[in-house]
Amino acid sequence: MSTTAPAGTGPRPTIVLVGHGMVGQRFLEALAERGLTATHRVVVLCEEPRPAYDRVQLTSYFSGRTPEELSMTDPAFLADHGIELHLGDPAESVDRTARQVTARSGLVVGYDTLVLATGSFPFVPPVPGKDAEGCFVYRTIEDLLAIEAYAKARATTGAVVGGGLLGLEAAGALQGLGLTTHIVEFAPRLMPVQVDEGGGAALLRTIEGMGLTVHTGTGTQEVVTGDDGAVTGMKLSDGSTVATDLVVFSAGVRPRDQLARDSGLTVGERGGISVDEQCRTVSDPRVFAIGECALASDGRVYGLVAPGYEMAETAAATIAADGMSPELSAEGMPPAVASGTASFTGADLSTKLKLLGVDVASFGDAHGAAADCLDVVYSDSRSGTYKKLVIGSGGELLGGILVGDAEAYGTLRAFTGSVPPIAPEQLVLPAGAGAPVQLGPSALPDEAIVCSCHNVTKGAIRGAVTEHSCTTVPEVKKCTKAGTGCGSCVKVLGQLVTAELEASGVEVDKGLCGCFAQTREELYEIVLALRVSSYRQLLDRYGREDARGGDGCEVCKPAVGSVIASLAPVIGAENHVLGGEQAALQDTNDHFLANLQKNGSYSIVPRIPGGEITPEKLIVIGEVARDFGLYTKITGGQRIDMFGARVEQLPLIWTRLVDAGFESGHAYGKSLRTVKSCVGQTWCRYGVQDSVRMAIDLELRYRGLRSPHKLKSAVSGCARECAEAQSKDFGVIATANGWNLYVGGNGGATPRHADLLAQDLSDAELVRLIDRFLMFYIRTADRLERTSTWLERIDGGLDHVRDVVVEDSLGICEELESLMAAHVDAYRDEWAETIKDPEKLSRFVSFVNAPDTPDPVVGFVPERDQIKPDLPLLAIGIRPLEGSAQR
Amino acid sequence: MTLAPETTTTLTVRLRPAATAATAAPGADDGWLAVCDLSVLIPGRGVAALLPDGRQAAVFMDRAGRVYAIDNRDPFSGAAVLSRGLTGSHRGRAFVASPLLKQRFDLASGLCLDDESVRVTTYEVQVE
Ligand SMILES: Cc1cc2nc3c(=O)[nH]c(=O)nc-3n(C[C@H](O)[C@H](O)[C@H](O)COP(=O)(O)OP(=O)(O)OC[C@H]3O[C@@H](n4cnc5c(N)ncnc54)[C@H](O)[C@@H]3O)c2cc1C
Ligand code: SF4
Ligand code: FES
Repeated sequence: MSTTAPAGTGPRPTIVLVGHGMVGQRFLEALAERGLTATHRVVVLCEEPRPAYDRVQLTSYFSGRTPEELSMTDPAFLADHGIELHLGDPAESVDRTARQVTARSGLVVGYDTLVLATGSFPFVPPVPGKDAEGCFVYRTIEDLLAIEAYAKARATTGAVVGGGLLGLEAAGALQGLGLTTHIVEFAPRLMPVQVDEGGGAALLRTIEGMGLTVHTGTGTQEVVTGDDGAVTGMKLSDGSTVATDLVVFSAGVRPRDQLARDSGLTVGERGGISVDEQCRTVSDPRVFAIGECALASDGRVYGLVAPGYEMAETAAATIAADGMSPELSAEGMPPAVASGTASFTGADLSTKLKLLGVDVASFGDAHGAAADCLDVVYSDSRSGTYKKLVIGSGGELLGGILVGDAEAYGTLRAFTGSVPPIAPEQLVLPAGAGAPVQLGPSALPDEAIVCSCHNVTKGAIRGAVTEHSCTTVPEVKKCTKAGTGCGSCVKVLGQLVTAELEASGVEVDKGLCGCFAQTREELYEIVLALRVSSYRQLLDRYGREDARGGDGCEVCKPAVGSVIASLAPVIGAENHVLGGEQAALQDTNDHFLANLQKNGSYSIVPRIPGGEITPEKLIVIGEVARDFGLYTKITGGQRIDMFGARVEQLPLIWTRLVDAGFESGHAYGKSLRTVKSCVGQTWCRYGVQDSVRMAIDLELRYRGLRSPHKLKSAVSGCARECAEAQSKDFGVIATANGWNLYVGGNGGATPRHADLLAQDLSDAELVRLIDRFLMFYIRTADRLERTSTWLERIDGGLDHVRDVVVEDSLGICEELESLMAAHVDAYRDEWAETIKDPEKLSRFVSFVNAPDTPDPVVGFVPERDQIKPDLPLLAIGIRPLEGSAQR
Repeated sequence: MTLAPETTTTLTVRLRPAATAATAAPGADDGWLAVCDLSVLIPGRGVAALLPDGRQAAVFMDRAGRVYAIDNRDPFSGAAVLSRGLTGSHRGRAFVASPLLKQRFDLASGLCLDDESVRVTTYEVQVE
């Protein structure tokens, strides 16, 4: 046992925080902001094996966010502020007389101020069998890991007990894991706390439409187990049974107040550590409680993160004020000045469901509890839309419920408490019915709260732009914290930032390069709309004044070349990258249809769709490589790369490859590279779909498609994901019902897990969605912007992309599909065409004046039975690379 | 009946190291090496030429029809690849960007625009 400095006698007073959850972390940040980490020793006891993470976004683990990405704790933050964090070491007892906390490891820490932020625990109804193998709760990363492992190993069906916000999130997750999913809710409707009867009915239709089975108005009576003690089903109170392999309890949460009870602190009748408006416990002025474990002075326990953050700020402000006043008196009574600096008196309960394909939001006084209030309701059972606004007697918006279409949530929530500038019915009518009115955030008053997770007002966001010179949404997020919670305000945030930048006349040169003031996206629109098929025409007409008539530059030439190539079939441009003027636009790789390597030689990659290849074709590759003395290596994309070809050899090599039925693999182009696959259902005992066939189909469909950057893809035959589809620009994972489509993944230097765009798609739906997604990306991305960065950059992010390509919110899907159809129809193999065309072939020479003399600088030496570049040959008379200006 | 003599319009591109101009006697035709027909050059795209001393030149034509020649070796990597770079113009001056690591070289002076301490050899060009 180790004992640290006795209470209150150390050189610096000690603050002990019990619980390092979301609110605990926010409290630490608030301490640091107020300089209290410099004047105090801060010790944190954390029960979980990892520091604070984003519990609100917990479910995004199943759509690819890693535990590391969920983390909210920057190790540097703790180190910089000298905060002592003890992981996996919960507080077990508090001795308030000695002012000491004892942790499970035996560690004893004295405190001057103790802050409890122990959160909640999931309530599990006391039914028989509740602890059986296969029963889970849904609260921590460890819970999710356990659910995932069990589901993959031995479950095909899952049931969630509880149809509230979290229950639906958990049910969505189980379905995403490929389980047939049931929801059991005691109340007569889903999400009983947030929505009313009308909303519940609309929600039920949507949820059932997603293939989940809902049992409302019935409780769980017993969890039934098999001989091995594992779950096999549930008995419900209405007498029915549900067969299931896995049960997740999500029947509400209870404050974790046991530690407080044991140490004699007052807790509420229904739980929660009683605190005053300063978040100080009513029993002990040296002890505070914040977050979900606290029973606030308004008699409520808040199960949301935003009120918890406010409590964290309040407690930190109060502790700071305590510190400025004379020491607490011997009896420990706080001086009167301590109070009144900050207070927590209650909070808003706005919520939005973060579930794919279901839009449910409620905000403010959703149930119309205020006197004299009126409802405005729009309901359309065909589309599963239900919208209700609660309007006060003075016309002010008090709250509302949105089901099926929560598009306006961010704006409406921010208007809560004020009189909106347009009639309420216009706010709930769908666009197109009556006068379609756009209620933009510009109409919001400055004090409107835009981000309710972090309590950020419109004024603060404007200030970030005008006073702190933020010019992008990520900068504003960092500066104000807005948008870093549940994310539901990011769209409004983006609109505000743009409006503010425009208003303050900030001119950001977003031009592609010194030649064009337009972005790549704008150039794409010009090329498409005006059918501009030549780079020179574009430069001379639309280039910057001083660039017109010039030679362009190495930035815009390939970028425009790629746009023209993507659109070639529809704008009537030359359809071969080496055709006509196009030839002079291509990067050297495209110019020689091969990949330039460090010594000036090239590598060659024939297409091997889906990674499937016949023995005969393998032999051809082997023979060609042997005959031309090439170095061969298997690539990460399931194909074979042959290195060390000289320019003048390329046509000879390709003549042989084309004869054997190979096509260009476009390894040199900013275009589709490969669609990897696992063997899938055909061979693998786990496979649920034919992943190889799908990979081949996709690779053949999108081959040759020029795009802002390279495109990679993969198809896995089941959720085990052997093809690593979630690290691809578009990845497909088979489910029992079809295919899940993931987008925006990346490997390489900045890895990113792909986001789930849509699930359980049929073959045709999948292809159609990928068509739209790729064409939308090609249309709107910047030059050399991978889908991963694009998805993070564009306004509205994944939600916006989903709106556009799934819901067709811009009405452009038909056009996107027809552009892709034109590409597919017009595809021809570049190499087969090149070897037939003497004009194009004439460029594949080493020297104009000595076409067959090999470049003397290209030489090779042996290594491991193959060749490698002869580097000394290159090094003669060149300067070392460091100090070179790489751009 | 007499036929009019066929007039040839083929123009030839000739090079010589930029330094020779100063040392050669005025009016001398020495040092010029014919490398290709002008018609071979495409604006914006280079070709490589092998010189008698084993060096290589990269020959370019810009949109205005001006022809330039610089050393083909990329001084940063040692590979003979500058002729395969993309060309452009900046404030009216033509440049080529190395296809390997993208440093730009002024085609008239050989100066590297991204690292002033680096310069590649230039060649005088004659089109006749
Ligand atoms: C799946 C899910 C989705 C959610 N979605 C939303 C949402 O959309 N919007 C929203 O506002 N809220 C949402 N919530 C609720 C939100 O996560 C909580 O309100 C928030 O995490 C509360 O923060 P906290 O710090 O009070 O508690 P927690 O984050 O639970 O942290 C408490 C920590 O204290 C630790 N602890 C407990 N006892 C001890 C001890 N004796 N010693 C040491 N450590 C201890 C616990 O292990 C835990 O790590 C969601 C919750 C879940 C589970
Ligand atoms: S991902 Fe493919 S190879 Fe891996 S287990 Fe599933 S079907 Fe089999
Ligand atoms: S409202 Fe949740 S992040 Fe802003």
